[in-house]
Amino acid sequence: MALKLTDYKTTVHNDWCPGCGDFGILNALLMTLAEMQLEPHGVAIFSGIGCSGKTPHFAGTYGIHTLHGRVLPFALGAKLANPNLEVIALGGDGDGLGIGAGHFVNAGRRNVDIAYIIFDNGVYGLTKGQASPTLQLGLKPKSLPKPNINEAINPIALALASGYTFIARSYAYDVKHQKETIKKAIEHRGMAFIDILQPCPTYNDINTKEWYGGDDRKDQATGKPMPRIYKLEETGYDPVIKDPENVDELRAKITDVIVRSQEWGDRIPIGVFYQNGHVPTYDDRLMGRITDYRKIPPAMQVFWDENGYPTTDLTKLFEEIRVL
Amino acid sequence: MVASSLSWLIGGAQGSGVDTSANVFARACGVGGLQVFGKREYYSNIKGEHSYFQVRVSDGVVRSHVDRVELLATFDDETAVRHTRSVVPNGGIIYDPTLIKTKIANVPTLETPVILGLEEYLRSKGLEPTLENLLIDAKNSGVHLYPLPYNELLHVIGKEIHEESASILQRMVNVMAVAASFALLEYDFETLTKAIRLTFRAKPKVVDMNIHASRKVYEYFTTQMYNKSFPFKLQTIKTDEQRILVLGSQAVGLGKLISGCRFQTYYPITPASDESEYLEGHEVFDMKPPALTSQVMENPQVEEVAYLNSKGSVVVVQTEDEIAAITMAIGASLAGARAATSTSGPGFSLMAEGTGWAGINEVPVVITLYQRAGPSTGLPTRHEQGDLRFAMHAGHGEFPRILLASGDVEECFYDTVRAFNYAERYQLPVIHIIDKSMANSNMTVPVWDTKKVKIDRGLLIGGEEIQKMVASEGLFRRFKFIENGISPRVKLGTKGGMFWNTGDEHDEYGHITEDPTNRIMMMEKRMKKLETADGEIPLSEKVNFFGPAEADATILSWGSTKGAILDAMDILKEEGYRINFLQVRLIHPLPSEYLGYVLSSAKKKIHIEMNYSAQFAGIVREKTGIAMDNFIVKYNGRPMSSEEIYYSVKKVLAHPEEKRVVLTHGA
Ligand SMILES: Cc1ncc(C[n+]2csc(CCOP(=O)(O)OP(=O)(O)O)c2C)c(N)n1
Ligand code: SF4
Ligand SMILES: [Mg+2]
Repeated sequence: MALKLTDYKTTVHNDWCPGCGDFGILNALLMTLAEMQLEPHGVAIFSGIGCSGKTPHFAGTYGIHTLHGRVLPFALGAKLANPNLEVIALGGDGDGLGIGAGHFVNAGRRNVDIAYIIFDNGVYGLTKGQASPTLQLGLKPKSLPKPNINEAINPIALALASGYTFIARSYAYDVKHQKETIKKAIEHRGMAFIDILQPCPTYNDINTKEWYGGDDRKDQATGKPMPRIYKLEETGYDPVIKDPENVDELRAKITDVIVRSQEWGDRIPIGVFYQNGHVPTYDDRLMGRITDYRKIPPAMQVFWDENGYPTTDLTKLFEEIRVL
Repeated sequence: MVASSLSWLIGGAQGSGVDTSANVFARACGVGGLQVFGKREYYSNIKGEHSYFQVRVSDGVVRSHVDRVELLATFDDETAVRHTRSVVPNGGIIYDPTLIKTKIANVPTLETPVILGLEEYLRSKGLEPTLENLLIDAKNSGVHLYPLPYNELLHVIGKEIHEESASILQRMVNVMAVAASFALLEYDFETLTKAIRLTFRAKPKVVDMNIHASRKVYEYFTTQMYNKSFPFKLQTIKTDEQRILVLGSQAVGLGKLISGCRFQTYYPITPASDESEYLEGHEVFDMKPPALTSQVMENPQVEEVAYLNSKGSVVVVQTEDEIAAITMAIGASLAGARAATSTSGPGFSLMAEGTGWAGINEVPVVITLYQRAGPSTGLPTRHEQGDLRFAMHAGHGEFPRILLASGDVEECFYDTVRAFNYAERYQLPVIHIIDKSMANSNMTVPVWDTKKVKIDRGLLIGGEEIQKMVASEGLFRRFKFIENGISPRVKLGTKGGMFWNTGDEHDEYGHITEDPTNRIMMMEKRMKKLETADGEIPLSEKVNFFGPAEADATILSWGSTKGAILDAMDILKEEGYRINFLQVRLIHPLPSEYLGYVLSSAKKKIHIEMNYSAQFAGIVREKTGIAMDNFIVKYNGRPMSSEEIYYSVKKVLAHPEEKRVVLTHGA
């Protein structure tokens, strides 16, 4: 029997503010899982702390709401212990790029096969709207006492520099685009990152739905808004590395990612920036040392007999230090 | 005279192979049926600073180090300068005669107070402060001096083995010092060659060279008849016992493997990383023949193949920091692996929040905490038991945890298994607290009996059980209210077992709730597990009691002071003192009733602990209302010797008004 969208939902009361972009992300995520027909019990959604961090409670999969900034190591631990799990990590921009920035960078180096979604709203929602690491210098959303004094982090460029092998951006109110992007991220073998632009109607009165939609800059001829967001794929942009041995291709694509990642303001690209399926994943690397790793990963090993005695055989290890 | 026990010390600049030579010495003794206890001291430095290894060897059990040195083996000037004054009359010093002109003040790595102390000492005897005079002074007090002309001999050896590289030859000075020691002790040469083979087994050429050099030194010392004047001798003994020579850090590593720990995280830190490196070095290991099919029931997700597999493996991850180390281990545990992390104080400080998360979400995880002297980076490579209270309280809010303290290398092994069993049975973080002294000490012990321990995974249930539960009770309630606090748990990925975790207070399913009644019930459920643990864990796992039931004084202590206390008690007993010793291993939940019972009837209560404020005595007082009478403490970064304990216990017995004795020995 095919799984339905309701199979991926819980009845937990959702307390996000009305109109919050998080609703769009949640819907897209659950729809993607349903469309992919992933068994709910095979999926574990991990989150950090923030408004975004509540997401797992609304999903009928395993849901692990962790600590502020620590979602990645929690998620990686579970995935490495049992690579058969479909692990999805998500959290706020403050969570992933502020307090958790060290984990963000180091997760890229490992290329574990999980997907990580950042709810990028430019503010610390749950603590009442302070500047997040993605808020541009000089901006003053309504709850900031003074304009932001820091430069913004560029999540796309940071992901590239850190070694993520799938890097994308999407938009919280474009469910279709999110679904496609999340599906690709899940299907990608390796560490996938999606930066989802998420309006926070309560605290970020600058990067609003209307702003992204270009309501403030109408086409003089037609009188229609000129959206700031555009889709990379509609410009013929090709993110996929085809031949990893081809240095020219690699260099050209990396340059493209950096150039596009700098775009902000009047033109904001969404879509897949970069995809390189040729980098060995962490479990490929482990397989090089532990040949049974995928067959009997840490979580699946049996190390006791029917009487409860340990079955690990230390004979050879004792031999190394035997004196008598 | 054949010594029933000998204290031997070798030292040298860090990076010059002191450890290896000490290992050869200890192994040779072990191979010869003797028992050893070795202690390593080193600076937070890679090359150049002084490190030393002291090995105590005996024909019976030996569990600690002593301050005195009976045979000092040196090949540099600094070791001779630093340790000559520890050598007992009638003891011996092996040294390089070309170095004796060294002026004490010119040893660049000596601390100023050491220089000033030695200068003052020699000047008070009318001697100029040089190594030569220090040695002469020792000789005057009855110490035997044995010059070993390293370079001359190496020159000859080089010719004989056709090795011209001075740097390669130079590497053998360590083993030469060891060989010279055994020549003086008239120890069996063949046994030494066995130890050399064991130590360098992967490098046959190195084996040959070192055996050649050793033989040369033996011959040289025998021709000089040095052995005639040296009164201490060692003889091999025959025994049927099978023994290993094992370091504390290895004991924990081996304990983790036998426990079924299959996921270990760490961020490099002294003295904890040795264990993780050991595990990574042995990440694939043998498993005994396949487990029985009944296990399919217990663990239904395991593919058939797992049962047939004859290999096991542990994934060791070096994380970006200790926050990642603890949280990654927790993630792995949620997936169903037995998972652990190892660290010392600075790293554990970073783990506080993660530990609390495991507490509120009832996730089993083992933290091996290797204490070293703090605060902050403190004395990064030195010993202390200063983290007890921190380990007990780290993390905000209140949550249950178990704190288990091992007292020696052997306990480290068995307690590691218990740590995992407690963690899974009671679904909470277990902090296995040990220390630098234990981690870096090696000991001969009978090969461990892995049948002495069992694996207890508690209420970890599988797919079939969960289906039944769901059929009768509806949606799985991970945090179901149960009288003893322990609700069934599943691995992530189990069909029908979906649950939620959150660091927020949660309901039985794991969803956030701020309901005050639920809060009360959840707090009580979690805290109840400590009572359950307290009631279930047998006393034999909580404490060790040594000595007569009726005694004139009772010593209370925990952790690695154990060996030195027991060794001191042996001597005190011979002198007619009636003393017993209560070593506490389960620090939290504390077996307070038992402690209260023992301590309230004790005639005199002596507390021994390796920190400034006698932290454990404070905890005992809090939990039992009983205050200790006298305190023997130490916080100079060097572990207590059995002599120090012997003298200080006698002192407080003779002078009860000496409430607090601070020990100061150790270089
Ligand atoms: C260690 C720690 N520091 C601070 C907090 C308080 N805190 C809760 S949510 C949050 C910021 C959330 O912002 P973001 O990650 O952007 O998520 P959002 O709410 O915007 O989705 C902070 C700082 C915390 N929970 N833990
Ligand atoms: S504060 Fe912003 S991010 Fe948080 S729920 Fe409200 S709208 Fe959404
Ligand atoms: Mg945010």
